[in-house]
Amino acid sequence: MLELEKVWKSYRVGSLGSKKLTAVRDVSFSIAPGEVLSVVGESGSGKTTVGKMVLQLISVSKGAIRLDGEDITKTGKRGLKEYYRNVQGVFQDPFSSYNPIFRADRVLEMVKESYFPRVKRSEWDSKVEDSLQSVGLEAGAVLGKYPHQLSGGQLQRMLIARALLLDIKVLVADEIISMLDASTRIDVLNLLGSLKERGLAVLFVTHDLSLANYISERVIIMRHGAIVETGATGKVFGDPRHPYSRNLLASVPQLHTKWSENPIPVVELEPDGDRSRPPAPLTKVDERHWVASVG
Amino acid sequence: MALDVNDLRVHYRTTKGDVRALDGVSFSIADGEIVGLAGESGCGKTTLGKSLIRLDGRMRHVGGNVLLDGDELPIGNDRAMNKHRFKDVSIIPQYSMSAMNPTRRIGKMIADLLRSRGLSYRNLKDELVHRLELVGLPERVLDNYPIELSGGMKQRMVMVLSTLLDPSLLIADEITSALDVSNQKAVAETLVRFRDMEFVKSMIVVTHDLSLVYQIADTIMIMYAGRIVEKAPAETIVKAPKHPYTKALISALPEVGLEYGDKRLKSIPGKPPQLLNPPTGCRFRARCPLASDECAEQPPMVDVDGGHQAACWKLED
Repeated sequence: MLELEKVWKSYRVGSLGSKKLTAVRDVSFSIAPGEVLSVVGESGSGKTTVGKMVLQLISVSKGAIRLDGEDITKTGKRGLKEYYRNVQGVFQDPFSSYNPIFRADRVLEMVKESYFPRVKRSEWDSKVEDSLQSVGLEAGAVLGKYPHQLSGGQLQRMLIARALLLDIKVLVADEIISMLDASTRIDVLNLLGSLKERGLAVLFVTHDLSLANYISERVIIMRHGAIVETGATGKVFGDPRHPYSRNLLASVPQLHTKWSENPIPVVELEPDGDRSRPPAPLTKVDERHWVASVG
Repeated sequence: MALDVNDLRVHYRTTKGDVRALDGVSFSIADGEIVGLAGESGCGKTTLGKSLIRLDGRMRHVGGNVLLDGDELPIGNDRAMNKHRFKDVSIIPQYSMSAMNPTRRIGKMIADLLRSRGLSYRNLKDELVHRLELVGLPERVLDNYPIELSGGMKQRMVMVLSTLLDPSLLIADEITSALDVSNQKAVAETLVRFRDMEFVKSMIVVTHDLSLVYQIADTIMIMYAGRIVEKAPAETIVKAPKHPYTKALISALPEVGLEYGDKRLKSIPGKPPQLLNPPTGCRFRARCPLASDECAEQPPMVDVDGGHQAACWKLED
């Protein structure tokens, strides 16, 4: 349904844009309804850039992003507004996503102003109540409150409720859990799980492999802007083939097993090479499991 | 006994009254022990770390005392505390990646710092270079500006610097939270190595990441709303926790290998109490599945087993 085909992104950096930094190299993938696709990688791997390009917050240098077959990198402003009816994002820091001067529910009101100006007030109110309910919030507990009066988990769920008001098909969730406490993050994570059961496609960008493993069907591991390994979550995490994925998985701290009990030799990897070259191609190693060749 | 903390109370002064961030905290740490201190944000874990080295302007030492190697630390007295800092007690602060002076070359900055302690950079330089090599940093980084190093390199630099004078106690405050998993592992293992090489005698590792601290700590303390609710060897905390809060916290952690479809993780309902006017009795009462009338009274910290203590009325269950 949402499809990225050979997408590249390069930024101009340095004084007067004298240098070119390629952040995303030749990334292709697709997400189907009712599926959570995780994008994991270290900082600087380009995972956030992918999320931002899907949301068209930054432009694509090369390649195409298609929703139901239509290339949205080429549509104008009007087409983009239509696109946002279907695709919405939620970001890392819930506290800075709100304007602290206004009540938090203003984000919901703004959806009405720009997308549903003709919907009757009473009808709208019940719609708001439904969407708050679907993210596990009591309308009475959050409406009319200022951002500082709500917890991080409540604010984050309200942003998801805002996205749901639009009957979206795809949600881009960029590190939405990392700012939350262990006791509340699971609520947000389980919410994504129930949304996916209702047919929503979720692009879940994270650096936390255990979260990716918990919630997603498929996973993409990125390094230096390119995909190094992708496939069904169980296959990629259960039998990582690329040395980078192995290193990454070996360093994840886990309860019940200590690093010292299970020493996996860390493979030295080549440092960042020439990023303007096309990355190593992906080859199929198993059913629903692709790995980039090393070198 | 390297460190002995007795009924420590530290409050924050606000216009609305005192926020009781530490409300009667007692524990001790043995020589060569790494203690992990974990809890939700706002539970007072950073305050505890800070109060052992420097109270900032809003913090007030209300009661209790701290003994380090048998001598009392004057934690309420900023000036008297100064001669202990860096030499006896040292800290690797949260956001230590931005703790270095950006306008000075690193070597120059270290020289300034040592001079302020009446020490000579020249005498310590060999040891410094030796330790930098231990963490994989070449000598030439001393001629670099902080901006020229990566996040992981800066973190290691600060770690070497904080432990240069072989302090008795090191406080490491959320030092891995801003790093990638592979750097996290390297930094955590360096802490253990520093202890093994006796650069520091004992260590408090403050973190919200229980699975990380489990990797390196000998003992883990769980804090909730300004108090320690459970203290036990790392293995026991994870495999046989006693306090309902610890149990809930551990069952809310996803792990590699666990999937949404197989098993639904549960969160802890509600949120921690305000510390401005904390409730009486057990502070976890409002969120606790086992709470009953007796919980209106503060449960004492009792020994469950060798080295395992918990504060709850329902420990037998």
